[in-house]
Amino acid sequence: MPDTQVLVNDFLNKLKKRKIEGSQATARQTAELLRSVISQQRVPYTNQAGALIDAVKAVGEQLIAANPVELAVGNIVRRVLHIIREEDLSLTTAAIGGLNLSAVSDDENDDDRDGDSTLSAAAVAAAARSTLRPPSLQTLLEDTPVSAAVPQTSSSGGDSEGKSKSADKSSRSRKLKHDVIEAVNELIQDIVTCHEQIAEQAVEHIHQNEVILTLGSSRTVLEFLFAAKEKKRSFRVFVAEGAPRYQGHLLAKELVARGLQTTLITDSAVFAMISRVNMVIVGAHAVMANGGVIAPVGMNLVALAAQKHAVPFVVLAGSHKLCPLYPHNPEVLLNELRSPSELLDFGEFSDCMDFGSGSGSPLLHVVNPAFDYVPPKLVSLFITDTGGHNPSYMYRLIADYYSADDLVVQRRATAGN
Amino acid sequence: MDSRRSSRAVIDPKVRQVGFFTSAPLPPDRTQSDPPDPIRSPPLADASSPGNSLSPVMIPPPRHPSDSLLRLPHSPSDAFPPPSPTTTTTSLGDFSDDVTAASSPPPAAARVRGRGSSVKQQGAASSFPGGGFEVPPSVKAPSSVPASGLTTVSVVKLPPGISVEVQSDRALNSKPLKEKTSKAERRAIQEAQRAAKAAAKAEGIKTPAVTALANAKSAKSTKPSPQRNDSAVVVAASEKKGGDRSVEKDRKKDVPHPRMQYDDKSRVQKLKKRSVVKPTEARNRVELFRHLPQYEHGTQLPVLQSKFFQLDTLHPAVYKVGLQYLSGDICGGNARCIAMLQAFQEAIRDYSTPPAKTLSRDLTAKISSYVSFLIDCRPLSVSMGNAIRFLKSQIAKIPISLSESEAKATLHSDIERFINEKIILADRVIVKHAVTKIRDGDVLLTYGSSSAVEMILQHAHELGKQFRVVIVDSRPKHEGKLLLRRLVRKGLSCTYTHINAISYIMHEVTRVFLGASSVLSNGTVYSRVGTACVAMVAYGFHIPVLVCCEAYKFHERVQLDSICSNELGDPDSISKVPGREDINHLDGWDKSENLQLLNLIYDATPSDYVSLIITDYGMIPPTSVPVIVREYGRGQLWIYEECDPLASPGRCSDAVFFVDGLIFYPSQHLVLSFWFPDRPPSGLNNDLLERSDNFVTVAENGNFTNFEL
Repeated sequence: MPDTQVLVNDFLNKLKKRKIEGSQATARQTAELLRSVISQQRVPYTNQAGALIDAVKAVGEQLIAANPVELAVGNIVRRVLHIIREEDLSLTTAAIGGLNLSAVSDDENDDDRDGDSTLSAAAVAAAARSTLRPPSLQTLLEDTPVSAAVPQTSSSGGDSEGKSKSADKSSRSRKLKHDVIEAVNELIQDIVTCHEQIAEQAVEHIHQNEVILTLGSSRTVLEFLFAAKEKKRSFRVFVAEGAPRYQGHLLAKELVARGLQTTLITDSAVFAMISRVNMVIVGAHAVMANGGVIAPVGMNLVALAAQKHAVPFVVLAGSHKLCPLYPHNPEVLLNELRSPSELLDFGEFSDCMDFGSGSGSPLLHVVNPAFDYVPPKLVSLFITDTGGHNPSYMYRLIADYYSADDLVVQRRATAGN
Repeated sequence: MDSRRSSRAVIDPKVRQVGFFTSAPLPPDRTQSDPPDPIRSPPLADASSPGNSLSPVMIPPPRHPSDSLLRLPHSPSDAFPPPSPTTTTTSLGDFSDDVTAASSPPPAAARVRGRGSSVKQQGAASSFPGGGFEVPPSVKAPSSVPASGLTTVSVVKLPPGISVEVQSDRALNSKPLKEKTSKAERRAIQEAQRAAKAAAKAEGIKTPAVTALANAKSAKSTKPSPQRNDSAVVVAASEKKGGDRSVEKDRKKDVPHPRMQYDDKSRVQKLKKRSVVKPTEARNRVELFRHLPQYEHGTQLPVLQSKFFQLDTLHPAVYKVGLQYLSGDICGGNARCIAMLQAFQEAIRDYSTPPAKTLSRDLTAKISSYVSFLIDCRPLSVSMGNAIRFLKSQIAKIPISLSESEAKATLHSDIERFINEKIILADRVIVKHAVTKIRDGDVLLTYGSSSAVEMILQHAHELGKQFRVVIVDSRPKHEGKLLLRRLVRKGLSCTYTHINAISYIMHEVTRVFLGASSVLSNGTVYSRVGTACVAMVAYGFHIPVLVCCEAYKFHERVQLDSICSNELGDPDSISKVPGREDINHLDGWDKSENLQLLNLIYDATPSDYVSLIITDYGMIPPTSVPVIVREYGRGQLWIYEECDPLASPGRCSDAVFFVDGLIFYPSQHLVLSFWFPDRPPSGLNNDLLERSDNFVTVAENGNFTNFEL
């Protein structure tokens, strides 16, 4: 326990100081941290999943608070919570399934389940069925008691734990933790390899002699373009440099090193050049549930220009960037102001400033936001590791990765603190 | 606040009045012989139609076949009766009425004069930022052209020789009673009639007699060629030209000839042979921009400097300006244009016609060689192109009879006048208009650094308006920093950001002010690269975009994208980020042939994004740009020259007349004209409230006075 606390504090510091660049790195490190938290967590006999969830939530809350703008942290925390719930659920249903089987085959073996004997086998079967399968038309038409039983079983509370006071409880508890850690490992693997999965789709989207515009630098975009290049497609790329970080220079260098025809342009020339561009391919910082994109600053400009010239605006995003939240005023609330020194040197204007007189409010403000919000109507297509999707579909895709409880619980826990 | 209100009063009435005028019924006392036709414009309005060119948002009155002839009376050629006998008497009577009124000024007019002088002093002392719109003495120079010095009314452009004739007609006409025509006049009338008849026959459609007259005149004059431009105004004023030959030729000339395309190998070779500057071609040319010159930057300067003593064909002043263009010391449309014109002024001053050559030919060639040198240094801006066109037309207009020193003096003053009226005064007018669009609490966004916008912001600040400025800047020039520095020094509250953050900052903005390098006749605003981005985002946020551009930068060319015509800057400035040593990813990579660095200088903003263009003609929608280009593009300067008593006192000695919107009390140099672009009313403290055919109501220091006309 103390050593995880050290790890958590260390990671918190990094987040707070914005030492971790990029949502992918953040996501991976968050997942690794949560994995170690889970593995260190001592699991009680009862309510194992609940204990794990509480532990993850406690850490996750701190992580999210450390850098609320880095949505990938929250995404991963929710993903891990979702994994725990899923694993627990699958274990439960497996147990119930086993129970049903044994109940049908051999009643005597079930000696431990004296507490549950009051439950009729039919009720258990119904509960198991409703957890395993989506509600059928028949269950929808049936009266409420059956459906009322569903939340009892599906909630990872004491009900399932009550059933598990069995001989295999130790093995089960180990199994749950083991399964969760396995799943988190898979998640980490997914995060690491999401480039490849996205890049595999490149040939389907890039044709010969295409002109592609991108802004700033994204590893996903780089891999995507390079995958197309490897498949013998020849195309040219316009790279907008992406002031004030000028990541576009980096991307241009990489592309040139890999033999792609690359033209570096200033951000202000985006509108001038976009009329000759076939497709805009960009990376994202986060994708919101409404299909809006939080992206490096300047992206809205590119998206608007692309819309004006009817150029497809394609966003590449790994699944760890999918955020289940709906944005409200994202330009301000999900943004971050970076140092003005990126625009003006410190002291460059000190000679113009007269601090001795005047109203006291400085005459000069320098605004240097880090992110832009691109509304869903400007996005033509999302390409994630699961394929291409419309912006309007994102909410559904996101629902696959997160459980609805976590969105709300997270908030409530934060408010409680 | 005071000047704001007054300028309001300036702007509003003109539009109303204009609307009134064209459809106003004829006053019965004047047009007895005319059938009361409500559609037909009254003679006065007709006469004023060329003068409409002075009002900013003015549509020329509708033309009807029947009334095309009526237009004559008040044009300078009004001494010549039009072919139709019924209108002849009317118009002549009309005209002489006016003239008599003019020659014997009524007591009211005398009163005005007395007051006028005092008013004028006030004007000089007024604290308008323009510093009192006194026309600089050099502008007087046109009076040194003896012939045109006598011209008075002519809005229709006339060669000096003709205007003498008109003047004498006038003198003759005003003394005795009507219908007394001199010999010369009769001959002119005959000629005009003949010309009109011939033209009508040739076309079978109505030809406004004005054109016919102008053509007759131009045919009569000694040197027809320089008149092209002059008659162009008439041409523009009267619409359907039909098959008139010379006009047809004019029209053809109007089509801008294609620009140099640098992917045309043979032409590039030819050009290279001629040019002084020998630039080395850029290594990695951007494929899309093969048609534009792509040269290495920074290599020509030392070469040119070393060549200084070998280039004896170039005037040192021109040479200096060229070097300044090359090194980027002078940038910005107005600054470049003024620098060039002043260099030409010096060159003309030191010019002497070689033996056995005519001044106009040789000087034109000389200027052309200077221009091609300047093009080598940096491609011309549209503003410079227009200025050069003006200068060449002025050179062509110089009568052969003029001595060399006189001709040079004329040209000198012409250039001076161009700078003053088209750039400096135009900017002041733009400031005056634009300031009315700034309210307290506004957040004004501007992009890059535009001289006009800077003046607007400073003036609004001096007026005490409370507003905030957002300066958006971009790589690689960072011109906004300089603007920011100047504005912060002046005490304006500023926010500075880069162009990528435009969507973030646009939420708080209420108006966007942009400068322009040129406005093309399809409404496209051709300006510093990035302007289109700013305008687009503002449009997306439903924020008005106001483009400030002097009318001399308008061009009849059209353009849809930023690629067909543009200018490419130094590619190296893209790969290097000054002040950011950590951005060095491209060090050493720029030699790779896969990497191209594109440094566009301009872009084209579609007219959809522009709410308003503020020019010296007032505030117009982008759709009106071709109208401005067409109607006022050509001989516009002549209007100033011939109707401007301030420029040449004594020229319009005792006439009281007006061309719509212009009312002259010339002997006192009092101009009551509120849409005369370079005469702001704050200098005169008079507001024209009402104008009918017979009288003008003038508000002066709160008193209303009616003046009979």
